[in-house]
Amino acid sequence: MLPSLVKRQQPSTLMVYLSPVIALILSMVAGVILFLIMKVSPFGGLHAFFIEPLSTKYGIAELGVKATPLVLIGVALSLGFKAGVWNIGAEGQLTIGGLCGGAMALYFYEQQGFHIIPLILATGIVSGMAYASIVAFLRVKFNANEILTSLMLSYVAVLFLNLMVHGPLKDPDGFNFPESRMFSDSALLPILLEGTRLHIGALLALTVVAIGWIVMSKTLLGYQIKAAGSAPAASEHAGFRRSKVIWITLLIGGGIAGLAGAIEVSGPIGQLQPSISPGYGFTAIIVAYVGRLHPVGAMLAGILLALTYLGGETAQIQLNLPVAVTGVFQALLLFFLLACDVLIHYRIQFTEQAVRVENT
Amino acid sequence: MTSSNNYLLDIQGMTKSFPGVLANDGVDLQIKPGEVHALLGENGAGKSTLVKMIYGILKPDHGTIRIKGTPVTIDDPAKARELGIAMVFQHFSLFESLNVVENIALGIHADSDLKSLAKEVVELSERYGLPLDPNRHVYTLSVGERQRIEILRCLLQKPQLLVMDEPTSVLTPQEVQKLFMTLNRLAEEGLSILYISHKLDEIKALCHRATILRMGKKVATVTVSEQSTTSLANMMMGEAFTESSKTRNRQIGEVRLRVNDLNTQATDATGISLKDINIEVRAGEIVGIAGVAGNGQDELLKALNGEESNTDASSVLIEDRQAGKLGPNDRRRAGLASVPEKRLGHGAIPDMDLIDNAFMTGYQRMGLLIRGIINYRKTRSFAQQVINDYGVKTSSSTVSAESLSGGNLQKFIIGRELTQQPDILVVSQPTWGVDAGATQTIRQALRDLAEQGAAVLIISQDLDELMDITDRIGAICGGRVSSFYPTESVTIDQVGLLMAGVDLEAGAEHAS
Repeated sequence: MLPSLVKRQQPSTLMVYLSPVIALILSMVAGVILFLIMKVSPFGGLHAFFIEPLSTKYGIAELGVKATPLVLIGVALSLGFKAGVWNIGAEGQLTIGGLCGGAMALYFYEQQGFHIIPLILATGIVSGMAYASIVAFLRVKFNANEILTSLMLSYVAVLFLNLMVHGPLKDPDGFNFPESRMFSDSALLPILLEGTRLHIGALLALTVVAIGWIVMSKTLLGYQIKAAGSAPAASEHAGFRRSKVIWITLLIGGGIAGLAGAIEVSGPIGQLQPSISPGYGFTAIIVAYVGRLHPVGAMLAGILLALTYLGGETAQIQLNLPVAVTGVFQALLLFFLLACDVLIHYRIQFTEQAVRVENT
Repeated sequence: MTSSNNYLLDIQGMTKSFPGVLANDGVDLQIKPGEVHALLGENGAGKSTLVKMIYGILKPDHGTIRIKGTPVTIDDPAKARELGIAMVFQHFSLFESLNVVENIALGIHADSDLKSLAKEVVELSERYGLPLDPNRHVYTLSVGERQRIEILRCLLQKPQLLVMDEPTSVLTPQEVQKLFMTLNRLAEEGLSILYISHKLDEIKALCHRATILRMGKKVATVTVSEQSTTSLANMMMGEAFTESSKTRNRQIGEVRLRVNDLNTQATDATGISLKDINIEVRAGEIVGIAGVAGNGQDELLKALNGEESNTDASSVLIEDRQAGKLGPNDRRRAGLASVPEKRLGHGAIPDMDLIDNAFMTGYQRMGLLIRGIINYRKTRSFAQQVINDYGVKTSSSTVSAESLSGGNLQKFIIGRELTQQPDILVVSQPTWGVDAGATQTIRQALRDLAEQGAAVLIISQDLDELMDITDRIGAICGGRVSSFYPTESVTIDQVGLLMAGVDLEAGAEHAS
């Protein structure tokens, strides 16, 4: 009885949705094994990771806080990945968006008014777009691989943020710590739920999910994105320019990542720091794939991945596990997802011997 | 099985299934020594599957293979070669940057040094009328010459059975003649040849016996000389094969598509540059461009439909309007529709359903878009209309394009373009790999379109098709398009010369 993979006649729709669930279960099983190796009670470990964070109102609100950037960027990356444009530098676009949005907040430090927050968010969007446009330009003009350029620009962005908070944007009264001033109240996002950090950025994320869904399912732009990704030659035949799709998807990705950055600094953080994201831009890649490159899927996956951040924190506090546990769980999830995705196009068959040749 | 010892190759009950298809269902095949045996069948009848099992590329689910009466198991191509079976594939495996002898040496693991091998190659090539300079580099050779390398490579192994998979699909009629002379000579010397084709006249000209396959099953084994082309066609297609009507009562009107000195640069190393192309297609007229594969057909289609737009606006005129700089959408709006050769991935998006595929090129002329939003109700009825009008066999319009058979998808794509009532249609290989029924439907649809006053340009490698439905015919060779001649006034041989890049007027002077 040897299992063998047999190609399906048609891709299985069931497996498209089932694959993330199986992957989640498998990563939990792998998690249990990991906990056992680290001599932690598996039940206590899983409880700390997946249940504990959701047991309080504050915990659920925190889930929304962490999910906001993941969902935002996850939706934007879904569009690009659908089109076959591999922008994996959302972390950099987020950082630049946060930096420029934060600079705008500091510019209005002495002022008050309702115009400040929209300006901060708009700055985040525009600067994120501008940063992503470097990638688009290099790709369209010189056919430079966007995976490499966008990834390298991420490191440039993080170092540039460091330079800024160590220099021009440093808090003058901050005892030389590499941080900016705390933003004034007019530059902080309104809180949705009293006593928590859940801010209106979460609503923006939901709006982006809805818009993303409509764009992908109902508009010519969504159609062009899907066509460019699944059959480039057919897309050219239909008269859609490849370069246009590259520009649009990268601008959308950069703009929304920049927005997420601006939301982070004017929301939960409230100032500029050397690090404004625990890798949201990279985790959003997992979000996009677990979410099956569908905006609604990205929303659900964003919430799931947000839980791994929270669970990782609880596991650190309660079980003395290292901070790396979050990354390990995220990586396990992506690893198993990619493995399970094979089952969309193949099925497992148990046969004695795949081939039998008769000899007489 | 009393006489099985007389056969070189004796195959009984070969069965092979793939997911969802029974590609071969209990097929028998017997080949005598020194016989040219045809394996005849339409695309998808199971010819390639059977041959791949004989050559050890696929393993049969059931069935026995005997060579000279001894049962054998053919695990891989190396084993097949050991048993004296050699094969010339449709697609060659040659290194362009190496010369002829080096390529042959790579293929046969010979111990002999290159010099003596070169001598052997020359001897063999002279003996069988396969002229070839052993020191030429492959990239300088024509397709016909490259095929000779493959044949020589096989002959050097001194095989008992030579399998040839559609060898003439890349040759001009003149090259086909030469190939047939070689094959006849080889058969006279006792070599058995299994000749795979769906071209009946070739089989009439070359083969002794034929085994006919239809939908994975053997229909019959017949002696070719006792059969007519029609009776072979009937066995192959399983339905009364009717010659299409040749009535041409169309009104030829003004010029709708004019191409003036069109030049393009090849975009990559394997592409073809188009040179000084001049074409005129009038209303009500069907014009054909013949040619061997890879001579710029794809580039020509893209230059005409706007996928590769030009810097010279006057190089392409649609209804006297300068269109050279326009992209595909603008040309479509101006009335020019096109159907590319490759269906999945170029003419249609494989993983999208038929509704989305109907939208792909139809959204402008059919008005399926309202301010950037897709009108799916209208798109659905457009797709359904195409399915109904052109007899596309599918369970619904929501199945993916890749799940349709080649013929059905082609009917859908051509139907999608024709339903938009274009003034000009440029179509490449309209019936390639399409079953007989769909071929009839498609050719009739093209005729009807011309009758309604559209200009139709067909780029095809199927010469019979072009002779059948076109009014004027020319050929493309190395990125140049020949002059055009009324189809009634030229013979297949003359078109063959055009396909080889020979100027008919100059050729005639030369001959006289």
